[in-house]
Amino acid sequence: MRARLLIAAIAVFACLGQVPPAHAQEMVRVFGAAAPAQVFVLRSTTDISVFGPVVEEFLSTRPGLQVRYEQWGSNELYRLSRQDCREDRQGADVVISSGVHQMVKLVNEACAWSYSSRLTAQLPAALRWRDELWGITREPAVMVYNRDLVPAEDIPQTRFDLLDLLRPSETPYAGRVATYDIEQSGLGYLFAFADAQEASTFGALQESLGRSGAVSTCCSADIIQSVAEGDYLIAYNVLGSYAQGYQQRDDRIGIVLPSDYTLVLSRALMIPKTAANKAAAEQFLDYLLSPEGTLALRTALLISPLLETDEGNEGEVLSPTALRPISLSPALMVALDALTRETFLRRWRATFPGP
Amino acid sequence: MTELMRRLATLSLSARVAVGIAFLLIFGGLIVSIAAFAYGREAARSAYDRLLLGAATDIASAISVRDGQPEIELPVSAFELLALAPDDRIGYRIIGPDGSTLTGYDELVLPTGRNALRDGFFDGSFFGAPARFAVVSRRFAERTLNGTIQVVVGQTIEARNAMAYDITRKALYVLAASGLAMVLLSAVVVRSVLKPLETMAGGLSARDPHDLTPMDTAVPRETAVMVNALNGFMARLDRQMNSMRHLISDTAHQLRTPVAALRAQADLFTDEADMARKEKIVERLQTRTASLGRLLDQMLAQALVIHRGDSARREAVDLRDIALDVFEEGDHQVLNPEFDIQLEIGDAPVIVMADEPSLKEALKNLLNNAVKYGASPVRIGASREGNRAGIWVEDAGTGPADAVLAELGGRFNKGTLSRQASSGLGLAIAHSVAVSFGGELALEKTGDNTFRASLMFAAAPEWTS
Repeated sequence: MRARLLIAAIAVFACLGQVPPAHAQEMVRVFGAAAPAQVFVLRSTTDISVFGPVVEEFLSTRPGLQVRYEQWGSNELYRLSRQDCREDRQGADVVISSGVHQMVKLVNEACAWSYSSRLTAQLPAALRWRDELWGITREPAVMVYNRDLVPAEDIPQTRFDLLDLLRPSETPYAGRVATYDIEQSGLGYLFAFADAQEASTFGALQESLGRSGAVSTCCSADIIQSVAEGDYLIAYNVLGSYAQGYQQRDDRIGIVLPSDYTLVLSRALMIPKTAANKAAAEQFLDYLLSPEGTLALRTALLISPLLETDEGNEGEVLSPTALRPISLSPALMVALDALTRETFLRRWRATFPGP
Repeated sequence: MTELMRRLATLSLSARVAVGIAFLLIFGGLIVSIAAFAYGREAARSAYDRLLLGAATDIASAISVRDGQPEIELPVSAFELLALAPDDRIGYRIIGPDGSTLTGYDELVLPTGRNALRDGFFDGSFFGAPARFAVVSRRFAERTLNGTIQVVVGQTIEARNAMAYDITRKALYVLAASGLAMVLLSAVVVRSVLKPLETMAGGLSARDPHDLTPMDTAVPRETAVMVNALNGFMARLDRQMNSMRHLISDTAHQLRTPVAALRAQADLFTDEADMARKEKIVERLQTRTASLGRLLDQMLAQALVIHRGDSARREAVDLRDIALDVFEEGDHQVLNPEFDIQLEIGDAPVIVMADEPSLKEALKNLLNNAVKYGASPVRIGASREGNRAGIWVEDAGTGPADAVLAELGGRFNKGTLSRQASSGLGLAIAHSVAVSFGGELALEKTGDNTFRASLMFAAAPEWTS
């Protein structure tokens, strides 16, 4: 890491003055100038280690700017941003979250600052809403398997393959397939919800996962590591960027983009209405959408190379129609509706009685 | 101000039409724009209201009851329907039978007024932006849940406004195009309308100054008035020019003989040595010059009559006044005291449309003739017979011989009466006056020993003024 990178992890008490004590960020790191002319607060759900290089790249052409990167869990980030908005309190200058449904809701509640430029206008309609919310990454939801323990003929290419693997009563995969616990993971819930919208397969899959004693657990990193170590054989709906990042260090896992359809998540970026440093936030957004920013995001695997071939956006083994971007539309608010969520989770609980 | 009025009065026809069209376009455009905007708003409102209603109904129908509790899984389709207004924020609230919020935004409050909620829609605001809401109620009559669940779904109005503006803009494009078409069309129309005027003006300016022939009247009806007036004017001019020509040639002709006679007498006088004969010649010279003076008087009178006949204004004249005036002037009593002159007029006015001095002149001439050629007593008078009104002079003579009368009639018709010197110009003047005012000169024997010269006109309608 660079010399400019001053502070590594800081505990909550180090910045009590700025953050309401009710919330707790997971990590804070400060990038950029030591005696900054401007400070710029970035709150994100993305791991600092993943997104940090992008921020450094951004700062390399902007001396005098300091970025305070706060890493949050998506639910906390949503709650905090909403509170900032309602209380008209200065908080983050930029919020980036994988909980895009939460971001859509924040925009719906008039918490966002509107901005448009040539670069934002180039985004496809599905990746921006109201010029207040922009999708900056492309990360597929993938299946991860253990290369040693899953024979080549068993590697599921589609959800139907996975169903077939789980169907036999004596299947060796019983209890060895993992997916997010959607009650704990906002991202897992979002994927499950999108799955439910996307195809009727999901009902059968959910039932099948439940019947075969599949495990729902937390957190991409944990799930992927467990697959690599052979605790689980297959993980369903894991975020591709993390899986690929892990694969670069540990090639015991294999990655499959389901060819029936692959959900593609674009982390959403919003400039809060209450941001103190909107100009820097706008610069940051334009940077992320510019060729240099895109390259940095690609290097960080946040714009997944899995989705691209030499020609462009076409997946390696996927037809473009199999890619289902989770578009930034108000329809995502349904996912956040309390009663709907309750109903959805009740059904989930019925099939996953718990580990 | 007067300057401005003057300018307005001389404003060209094209400019008038242009101003008219401009006003029409501006006011029409304004009205159509307002109407288009109102229509656009209404269209956008009804279109997006249907979306709202559809979404609300969709959500309402997704409500079910489970264990006595309403259970809702919001249909994504409803929100996708609402997302057809891509940039509008969505607010929703589902209100349970007890008035509590089951889910959605607590901030959304139903209007309390009866009238505010028309047809299930109301206007409100959503996080600071104006918004439109639809309300759909669903009644449940289950064993465990009895009551009404209300679904409120709303949306900010950006898409509506955009649509309204879009409709307005398109209407304005059409309006602008039709306005342009109107302008072009009116330019063409104005050109074609002004064409006859230009042709007339061109014809007039190209005309020879002495050419007083009538203009072609095959022109549009409106301009025909002008052409007719112009033609009338030119005809009058022509007539006056002709009269003038005649007068001049007549004058020259009539003066030639007396002047030649005078010169002959003067020559004789010079050559004559005898004093007694010289005196006689002087006497003759005096008579000749006196008659030359009378002739000149008459010629001037004729010129006056001709001039007035064309130029004087017609007014109501009582012929009795004319007769009375001429009678009272009484020149004849002085000149010819042996003649007995009587006035004969009635009680009823005898009104014609004519010119008083002309009539007087004519009557005087007729009286002169009567005194000169006729026999005493002479009566002058005015009378009305049916729809003819006349003024006349009657003497007790026999009048001219029949052949002479017939010849006189012919000459009147030929308009050469004035050329004959024997009867002087009296009849010619009377004739001219009669013709000028649409009447006639009648010479007739009214009895064994009475001869009457009368000017007959169409009587004016029973007059009160």
